[in-house]
Amino acid sequence: MKFAIIIFPGTSCEEDVLHAVQGAGHQAEYVWHSEASPTALDTYDAVILPGGASHGNYLRSGSMAAQANIIPALHKANEAGKPILGICNGFQILTEAGLLPGGFLPNESMRFICKPTEIKVENAATTFTNKYAQGQTITLPIAHAHGNYYADDTTLAELQANNQIIFTYNQNPNGSQKNIAGITNKAGNILGLMPHPERAVDKLLGSEDGLGLFKSIN
Amino acid sequence: MIKEPTPQEIEAGKIYATMGMSDGEFQMVKDILGRLPNYTELGLFSVMWSEHCSYKNSKVLLRGFPTKGERVLQGPGEGAGIVDIGDGQAVVFKIESHNHPSAVEPFQAAATGVGGIVRDVFSMGARPIASLNSLRFGELDNARTKYLFTEVVAGIASYGNSLGVPTVGGEIYFDPCYAGNPLCNAMCVGLINHEDIQKGVARGEGNTVMYVGADTGRDGIHGATFASEELTEETEKQRPDVQAGDPYLEKLLLEACLEVVKHPALVGIQDMGAAGLISSSCEMASKAGMGMEMYLDQVPQRDAGMTPYEMMLSESQERMLLVIEKGREDEIRQIFARYGLVAVDVGKVTSDKYMRLFHKGQVVAEVPADALASQAPEYNKPRREAEYYKEFQQIEAKLAPIADYNATLLALLRQPSIASKQWAYQQFDYQVRTSTVVPPGSDAAVVRVKGKNKALAMTTDCNSRYVYLDPFVGGQIAVAESARNIVASGGKPLAVTDNLNFGSPENPEIFWQMEQSIKGISDACLVLDTPVIGGNVSMYNERSGKAIYPTPTIGMVGLVEDLAHITTQHFKADGDLIYIIGETKPEYGGSELQKMQLQGEIEGRPPVIDMQVEKASQDAMLAAIKAGLVASAHDISEGGAAVALAEALFTQADAKLGADVDMALADHAMLFAESQSRFVLSVKPANQGAFEGLVPAAKLVGKVNASGQLKVAVNGVAALTLDVKMMQESWEMAIPCLLKSEE
Repeated sequence: MKFAIIIFPGTSCEEDVLHAVQGAGHQAEYVWHSEASPTALDTYDAVILPGGASHGNYLRSGSMAAQANIIPALHKANEAGKPILGICNGFQILTEAGLLPGGFLPNESMRFICKPTEIKVENAATTFTNKYAQGQTITLPIAHAHGNYYADDTTLAELQANNQIIFTYNQNPNGSQKNIAGITNKAGNILGLMPHPERAVDKLLGSEDGLGLFKSIN
Repeated sequence: MIKEPTPQEIEAGKIYATMGMSDGEFQMVKDILGRLPNYTELGLFSVMWSEHCSYKNSKVLLRGFPTKGERVLQGPGEGAGIVDIGDGQAVVFKIESHNHPSAVEPFQAAATGVGGIVRDVFSMGARPIASLNSLRFGELDNARTKYLFTEVVAGIASYGNSLGVPTVGGEIYFDPCYAGNPLCNAMCVGLINHEDIQKGVARGEGNTVMYVGADTGRDGIHGATFASEELTEETEKQRPDVQAGDPYLEKLLLEACLEVVKHPALVGIQDMGAAGLISSSCEMASKAGMGMEMYLDQVPQRDAGMTPYEMMLSESQERMLLVIEKGREDEIRQIFARYGLVAVDVGKVTSDKYMRLFHKGQVVAEVPADALASQAPEYNKPRREAEYYKEFQQIEAKLAPIADYNATLLALLRQPSIASKQWAYQQFDYQVRTSTVVPPGSDAAVVRVKGKNKALAMTTDCNSRYVYLDPFVGGQIAVAESARNIVASGGKPLAVTDNLNFGSPENPEIFWQMEQSIKGISDACLVLDTPVIGGNVSMYNERSGKAIYPTPTIGMVGLVEDLAHITTQHFKADGDLIYIIGETKPEYGGSELQKMQLQGEIEGRPPVIDMQVEKASQDAMLAAIKAGLVASAHDISEGGAAVALAEALFTQADAKLGADVDMALADHAMLFAESQSRFVLSVKPANQGAFEGLVPAAKLVGKVNASGQLKVAVNGVAALTLDVKMMQESWEMAIPCLLKSEE
């Protein structure tokens, strides 16, 4: 598969994602945020929005990136049913762009948190998790200041009813509702998650648990 | 707008004195110019001749540093030093202080400290791959210090995390001597291919001087001079003078500049750091033996009506100065435009060696570039052996009898300088760039070089209590301990960057501290073959007449030649054998134990160090690691062997491992002695013979077991038994508890 990795001003995890995607046997290219053509992503099979601090996370995390020129092409990729993965800041951008429900509050501690966390795979029957076992616990690092997922009760009920809650924290690090670490859209082709699977693809760095996510996408 | 004084008023009213310039220096300026300086020119001289920019007081001592080595590609004098690491690659690194601003506006000071040092590294053309911080505060027993600590950590996190440069380690110390004057030293490490190395030079008459980055505002004017004075109640009021950082802009500059440095039209590039536009421009001109004309109306300005004086002295952050081949400006402008940055032509290179500034059609300053950049006066300040030192040399460090060794070890583990710094490190993104193999919390951080089977080990270190008690020995130990950290992590020490934090050089005893510690550092660097490739001097670290302990922080980088050599301090498996390399002596001067017993005071002599013994210890340790015989290795430092053994058992997921140790010592208290040149390490039983053959001097002291307990005996008599989980909780919770407690 050929992945597009979108770079916004302030994105910093693009190289890490590229390395992980290639490690899972895929091809990948960077695509610049300013690409205004709605067909800009047509030649790709899947799209990743990596982490970082797009536009400095000024105003609100992800809010300015959600207005980027590339966003219409991203909507088009969604309409075509292509897998779209947003990691950390990428997840925040997806909620701001209206592609995933909910939004983010500052961590309950009001501090940035960087540490490995235990994540439970709540739904292993998705485009992004089919290489994991249902209920499996994996260890992925988190690194965020605004990872406290919030949605209204109706939305949360829908997420639960449709099995859209894909990953939850075993020990909630940031105050997220329902311990949510990652969700999909209703159609199941878009995943947003706060943990960084691309930082867990190499034994040398402590964990390979993230590799399954990139290998699942096929 | 305030009317600037005339040259005559400057002389008659001694206005130069308010800018920190002496009568003699003012006379030198008059002699150089052959006339009286105007207000703008006076400002240029006053900042460029401040200690912060010119090292006029410290230069005489800094010349003593060994700066040459086989691998050194760039020594002191550029934005950062550069050392060859093979395969056509090099490591670029430097440390720099933001001490004075930290006492006034800790969040922004720490943030812009990170920003400044990162710019120094990418202005050499290198990709920043890691940051470290050396932080020192008063004790965490008052609201002010808690505020300073919390805000400095948050400032580093806010800026560093946004840049996508991992903050991988460093050190945090607490001592009453830093209560009024905290230290905030930031180090950045970058990676570069030899052919991409850039220098800050303005070559080629007629070439264009370009400005890119933030607009110039009135912030930080005379920051360099501020950093060259003592802190007083008065300087507290200078809060608006501290600059604010914009990490997003820095990130754009970083990525754009790393593209620009590969462009053939680039002649030179330099960060606008201390003394902003004037220091970057005159240094670039002076280094190339050229001059520069600058058209100040073109300088992007944040406020209307800024004067030339304000523009040249502003220390607004996130600005770079570039020299571009004439006629190719647009090629460079296009690269910056892709990142939303506007690069502006603000001047041109001339051959007459003058800095000539134009504003509103007038020449507003005309000064030789060399006079500003390299002809500052140099002083050889009087120095005198400190009175306290003579006294301390005669004192045998007193030690109160220890009734309960369990309680003493627990209390030491709770000392904030020893306790876990997880509370701080967890706020730093130490993983971005997916190269951090050993995260904060072991002896040195280890960052792999992607695509190669090698890594870089990095650390900062300085036990300032030792330096205070004996500046020469303390200087030696600072280097030796840094190197020990690198070696225990599997690296060969390469080179040093130093941040010399001292009190006022006007005090002969302090200048003596500085002289002696530089001699000690130099001696250790020569023996360990780690040249000094750059650094920073921060003096006047005093509050209301009371100086900090002399704190020459050492930043060191080492090369791990094979990823298989990477070693951490933690015991690995039940049954592994525990060894200690190095001799333990009854040395308590400046120790954590002494400080704890004397409620913050210290006295006597620091531990002795024999650099040849040190070198032998390190060589043996590294040889054993390289031979694949070592499961874990840890430098024995603050708190002695007992603390080192406890630390080797920490951070296990299930706290199952324990250790049973019996040391042959003259006295139980020596478990806490801080003798130098020691390591505690573990070896798999299968490697026992090979290890003992290779390192016959290592003493077998015990075994790792599955008891979940640390048991230590001395000469066969039980000294302490503690539950690992309980010890670890004491150690982990100490700093969070102090922060939560009321006063």
